[in-house]
Amino acid sequence: MADISLPRRLPERRAALISFGLIVLIWIAARQFDLVDRRFLPSPLEILERLRYELTQGTILGDIGATLWRNLIGFGIGAGAGLALGAALGLLRGFAAVIGPTVVAQRQTALFAWVPLLAMWFGGNDTGKIAFIAVAAFQPVVINTWQGFAQVPQTCRELSEALLFRRRDYIRLVALPAALPAIFTGLHGGLIYAWLATVGSELFLNIAPGLGGRLSEGSQLFHIDLLFLTILIFALIGLAYNSLAERTETLLVKWKRP
Amino acid sequence: MTIPALRLNRLSKSFTVDGAPVEVLSDIDLTVAPGEFITIVGASGCGKSTLLRLILGLDRDFEGTLEIDGQPVKGPGLDRSIVFQEHRLLPWLTAERNVAAALLRSGLSRADKDRTVREHLDLVGLGDFAQAYPAQLSGGMSQRVAIARALVNRPRFLLLDEPLGALDALTRLRLQDELKRIVAHEKATAILVTHDVDEAVYLGHRIVVLHPRPGRIAEVVEVPAAARADRSSPEFVTLRDHVLAQLGVQTPARGKVAA
Repeated sequence: MADISLPRRLPERRAALISFGLIVLIWIAARQFDLVDRRFLPSPLEILERLRYELTQGTILGDIGATLWRNLIGFGIGAGAGLALGAALGLLRGFAAVIGPTVVAQRQTALFAWVPLLAMWFGGNDTGKIAFIAVAAFQPVVINTWQGFAQVPQTCRELSEALLFRRRDYIRLVALPAALPAIFTGLHGGLIYAWLATVGSELFLNIAPGLGGRLSEGSQLFHIDLLFLTILIFALIGLAYNSLAERTETLLVKWKRP
Repeated sequence: MTIPALRLNRLSKSFTVDGAPVEVLSDIDLTVAPGEFITIVGASGCGKSTLLRLILGLDRDFEGTLEIDGQPVKGPGLDRSIVFQEHRLLPWLTAERNVAAALLRSGLSRADKDRTVREHLDLVGLGDFAQAYPAQLSGGMSQRVAIARALVNRPRFLLLDEPLGALDALTRLRLQDELKRIVAHEKATAILVTHDVDEAVYLGHRIVVLHPRPGRIAEVVEVPAAARADRSSPEFVTLRDHVLAQLGVQTPARGKVAA
């Protein structure tokens, strides 16, 4: 996941911008020359117009807020639980032997298979939505944290023994830093999964203020410009999460820099 | 000789491979005096590294006697430290903090720790690299940090498991001189495992030659002061050829050529 990111070097960045511009040009041309049914494809200008309308008279800011709130609460709960359980699994051999297989099995279930069950347990309102987002964030975080702690090289363990490290010194100086890159991979994955689940929860569970609700609204009322605008907002927030996660990792795992 | 610093008596060690015991060390007898520099040479698989792990206390499953100052070894201690073939620095700690990690159990005050860490980085010539991360250091520099980490507790025993084996030839020669100087300076008892016979002759007061499968002592040779002082002295060459012959490597008959 971390390999796919925005290009850093200027020529590549320019090439990426040019290709994006080309797509927009083709899009505008397709509308201009009536190559597509305009009911199904709005022009970029119509989307901008919809954005202006939403910002001045609409609810889009409130919807973004509601969606982000659900997303972050769910991610916080899921990632927190994943970190705690993953660390316990990685550090306590006996615990991993008993609980580990269940966690591995849980990982194999397709994410959306949880929706009906969670809706029954927690209802279709915010509690149910947040529960689903939390389950989504939990999966990659627990697995990667567990692996990170469990895969501390034997040479490092032996060194800790030779230097007479206490358990807490071992965790602080060896296990946690060794696991940190894997933990970040997990958190990064968790962020992406949680974002997917946020869209899913807002589409499949009760309609409520939020970006998912606006998607439904756009498709049901045939507001094609609203549909496109909402998809773009989803993409931009996802992109922002992605680069935020990468920047945080480079900042914290600074010893990896040559 | 005074009370031996280290005494191995009929020391044997077996591993279990596929359910059957395989003996890796057999009947090792060795007595080491305080301040002595012992080098152990032997082919791969003669149990050299296993022997160091036993002395360090990482592995308590053996037969025979293994005593330090007359007391059996029960586990790792601050009196013994080791330098591995790979530097094994923690990549997320600076050079300084890697060295300081060895002092966690020393009971020193913060100020004393800082001072002794600085002294030991200076001792290995890396005073200016205290804040560098291992990824920013060369292989030779990293190994010096590892040596500083091993020395920072002022251990009585310095166990060296092919510490220079992974370095390029020039760096290795330079670090051999430094190692010799540092060990003498710290008055430590050193046990160096190597398969470089030149290194064994140049650094050791005595050389222990091991034969493999199972690892056993073939010969213990005293190193004359002249051999230890100069890699080109006739004493050095004679002793090196002798040890090589013990290890099954033929050398040209120098006596005839020289005449």
